[in-house]
Amino acid sequence: MSATQYDMFLLVLGIFGVLLVASLVGYVLQRRLSPDGSNAAIENLNSRINAWWVMAILIAIAFVAGRIGVLILFAFCSFAALREFVTLTNTRRADHWALATAFFVVLPVQYFLLWTEDYGIFSIFIPVYAFLLMPIIAVMRGDTQHFLIRISEVQWALMICVFCASHVPALLTLHIPGYEGRNVLLIAFLVIVVQLSDVLQYVWGKLFGRTKIAPNLSPSKTVEGFVGGVASATLIGAGLWWITPFTPIQAGVMALVITLMGFFGGLVMSAIKRDRGVKDWGNLIEGHGGLIDRLDSVVFSAPIFFHLTRYWWSA
Amino acid sequence: MRALIAKLAAEVVLLFARAVTAVRATWHESGLPRRRSVYFANHSSHGDFVLIWTVLPPRLRRRVRPVAGADYWLKSKLNSFIGRDVFNAVLIQRDRDLREADPVETMAQALDEGSSLIFFPEGTRNQTEAQLLPFKSGLFHLATARPDVDLVPVWIANLNRVMPKGEFVPIPLICTVTFGAPMHLASGEAKEAFIERAHAALLALSPKQAGGSE
Repeated sequence: MSATQYDMFLLVLGIFGVLLVASLVGYVLQRRLSPDGSNAAIENLNSRINAWWVMAILIAIAFVAGRIGVLILFAFCSFAALREFVTLTNTRRADHWALATAFFVVLPVQYFLLWTEDYGIFSIFIPVYAFLLMPIIAVMRGDTQHFLIRISEVQWALMICVFCASHVPALLTLHIPGYEGRNVLLIAFLVIVVQLSDVLQYVWGKLFGRTKIAPNLSPSKTVEGFVGGVASATLIGAGLWWITPFTPIQAGVMALVITLMGFFGGLVMSAIKRDRGVKDWGNLIEGHGGLIDRLDSVVFSAPIFFHLTRYWWSA
Repeated sequence: MRALIAKLAAEVVLLFARAVTAVRATWHESGLPRRRSVYFANHSSHGDFVLIWTVLPPRLRRRVRPVAGADYWLKSKLNSFIGRDVFNAVLIQRDRDLREADPVETMAQALDEGSSLIFFPEGTRNQTEAQLLPFKSGLFHLATARPDVDLVPVWIANLNRVMPKGEFVPIPLICTVTFGAPMHLASGEAKEAFIERAHAALLALSPKQAGGSE
């Protein structure tokens, strides 16, 4: 077993251990407080934990399958996220070809470009080429009603669901001296820290939450949950330095940056949901809502994490 | 062999419908339909009955048959294979002059054989801006012929955005299928009153759409 495989094994063991504890706690809570399934909070907690098992197992399988597995997993995530996003936009008949292009050309091409590992093109394909070509396709149909809103929404959907999300697997393309062959652990670091931060904010908020932090955007988020969650996720991130190319302090700073980005990303995506008058992006994941509800924080932190790591550590 | 291909085709259709629409059913609080039912739904796309068919649990799906126009579904060999073999459609003749059998009689017969039906009371695809066209009288005649059968209103949301008229590439968008409370023809209820009640019951299920400006 190589060092990378050994670290990965430890990590998987740790995650499954945490989930096992969570499942046990959920089971005990359910037996004690909600034996007839009447306590909505506990039922939701348990369906969330079950969904976590599925997500953890899916990610583990993708990691075992290697680069192609990770790319395919995130391409599917992008597809499902884009489907949720576009559902809530003001599309009109005239956008049909632009949308078809987004789903069936731009998305696959972005992931193909990641496969070629050509940073020069995958980092600008959507911000430059898609940005200019999509409105050209839309304008051909001659429908000017809400034109600016429509093309902006499609571009935003692509940036969030495809471009930003694809920066998670893009971590595999970095060449970091002394870290060869271990890049998949960077993905693990990013996903674990950001998702744990979400979970810990939820837990801290449920336990000690008093003061609402953004009542207009997300009534369940509290100052106590935010501080407790970000602080504890930062500490856990520092403690995971051994799977990264960072020192413990650097790992802690990185963890802080991505948890903050994740938190604010969650707020931005909440604002969009509020604007569109929905509570969740969809219902793909039992207990969590849609895929974007789960991925919003990762999507916002991934490009920043990618570029910070690339700028300071990559050769 | 033909049956095997039909079964395979059905699985492909299911997979495709789910991949494109991630379709989700919202059941009425009374739970899953238990008895023979006529699901009557809004009709804006050729794929409407497929979505209802997709969200029904397999045990109900096996017994449900869409009611469809013979003129469309017998147009070609492929159409006929899909209509008859894959979906086991109850084909009725919409053109009065070509009718050999009474459509209501044909549908009632299918109900008597133990099938449930998917029925579009607007009679044709809605390609207007209106949410729901006025109903034809078919639903009333069916309710009169078989008064004990549950009539379940079903609202299909968003599918018209997935594939608007004249387009052939579907856009993946999340669709929902909402089932309402089963209803019946009240004793002595007049045709107009019943049609209006059914129309209102169906329209009441339409969500305030979050997306789409059309």
